[in-house]
Amino acid sequence: MLNAKMELIAEKIVKRFVHFLVLKNISFKVSSGSAIAITGPNGSGKTTLVKILCNLMAPTRGQVVYQNNSQKINREDIFQYIGLVGPYLQLYQELSAQENIDFFARMRNLKNYSARVKQLMELFNLSGREHDAVKTYSSGMQQRLKYVCALIHEPEVLFVDEPRSNLDQAGIEAVYSILQEQKKDKILVISTNDQEDLTLADQIIRVGVA
Amino acid sequence: MKQIWLIFLKDIQQEFKTRYAINAIMLFAIVTLSAVSFSIGAYTATTRVLAALFWIILFFSSMSGLSHIFIREEETQTADTLKLVARPSSIYLGKFFFNLILLILLEVILIPLFIAIMNFKVVSFQIFLLTMFIGNFGLAGGGTMVAAIISKASTKGALFTVLSFPILLPVLISGISATRKAAESVKLMDAQNELQALLAYGVIIIVASILLFDFVWNE
Repeated sequence: MLNAKMELIAEKIVKRFVHFLVLKNISFKVSSGSAIAITGPNGSGKTTLVKILCNLMAPTRGQVVYQNNSQKINREDIFQYIGLVGPYLQLYQELSAQENIDFFARMRNLKNYSARVKQLMELFNLSGREHDAVKTYSSGMQQRLKYVCALIHEPEVLFVDEPRSNLDQAGIEAVYSILQEQKKDKILVISTNDQEDLTLADQIIRVGVA
Repeated sequence: MKQIWLIFLKDIQQEFKTRYAINAIMLFAIVTLSAVSFSIGAYTATTRVLAALFWIILFFSSMSGLSHIFIREEETQTADTLKLVARPSSIYLGKFFFNLILLILLEVILIPLFIAIMNFKVVSFQIFLLTMFIGNFGLAGGGTMVAAIISKASTKGALFTVLSFPILLPVLISGISATRKAAESVKLMDAQNELQALLAYGVIIIVASILLFDFVWNE
C-alpha cells in the first residue's frame, strides 16, 4: 500500500433518520497528502458522516467511493485501507491490550507487526501494560490504545472523531505527531469542533449549517 | 476463512473469561430438566412425549444463550469496531461456529442427564446422534441470524425466543420425530425423511443467512 495514491470521494451524501434530515448533499474529494476536517454544532451529523465514510452506516442517498491509483476499491475491502478512532468505538474489555492488538492486526492480515506495536505503545506511553485487561485501563489509556489499534496497519485513510477526547497533554501531543505524519502522504479526516484541530485541515466541511 | 477463525477464537477467549453464555444455557437446562422431572414424577411418559420434552428443553436452553453472541457486541459498543475490520459473511460464520460449539457442549451435559433422569431409552444411537448433529446446524444457523436481527432492539431477550420459534419450528418438528424414532427403531432408514428435512433446513438457513447477513448487520 506504500506510495499508493488514494482518493476518498463523497458524492451527494444524504442521510435521513425517519423524518429528520441530518445530512444534505455532502460532496467532497480528498487525496493522499491532504487533510479534511468535518465540523458543525452538536447533533449536526459529524459522527453520522464519519460512519458513512467508514462504511459503518449506509447513506439514504449518494455514495462514498475509495480509489487506489484510480482503481475503485470494493466495499468489502475498504477495511484494509482505513483506520478509525472515535468515542463510539470500543475495544474488547475482557481481553488484554495485546489480545486486542493481535485480533485487529490478524483480522487485517498483518504478519510482522510487533516492532510497529512496540513503537506505538511507547509513543502512547502504554509500554508495560500490554497484558492487562482493557477494563482495568482508565478512559484516557483506552483512548490511547484505540489509536494503537487503528494505526498498526498504517492506514491510507485515518479518521479521527474528536481527537482530543479523554486525553491528557502528553496524549494530545502524541496524537498530533501522528496526525501531522498522516497528512504528509496519506489522507486524514478529522471530525472536530476545536479550532486548533481545524488548522490541520486543508479543506473544511461544515455540516448542519444552512 | 482466516477471519472466521479469528472471530471464533476471539469469542471463545471472551467466553472463557466471562462464562456468561455457557453458564446461562447450562443452568437453564438443569433447572428445566429438574422441573420437568418433578412434574412428571412416577408417571411413565411415552417416547413421543419424552422426545418432545427433550427438544423443548434443548430449544429453550439454547435460546437463553445463543443470542448473547451479538447482544454482547451491541451492549459493549464493539459492533462497530468489528464491522470496521471484518467482512459480514466472516462475522456470521465466526459467530455461527461459536454457537455450534455452545450447543454441542449443552448436549454433552443435557443428553446423559435426560437419559438418566427421564429414563429415556435410546434404541438407535446412530439415529439419535445423527439427529443431534444435523439438528445443531439448523438451530445454530437460525439462532445466530435471529440474534443478529434482535441485537439492535430494546427488548432483546423476549424478542429472541419469540422470533426464533417460528423460524426454528421445522428443526423442532423434524427433531422430535427423529428422536422418537431413535427410541423406537434400530433402522436408520426409518428416520430418513426427518434427517433429510433437518439437513435441508440446515443448508437452506445457513446459505440464506450468509447471503442476507450484510443487510441485517449493516442496517
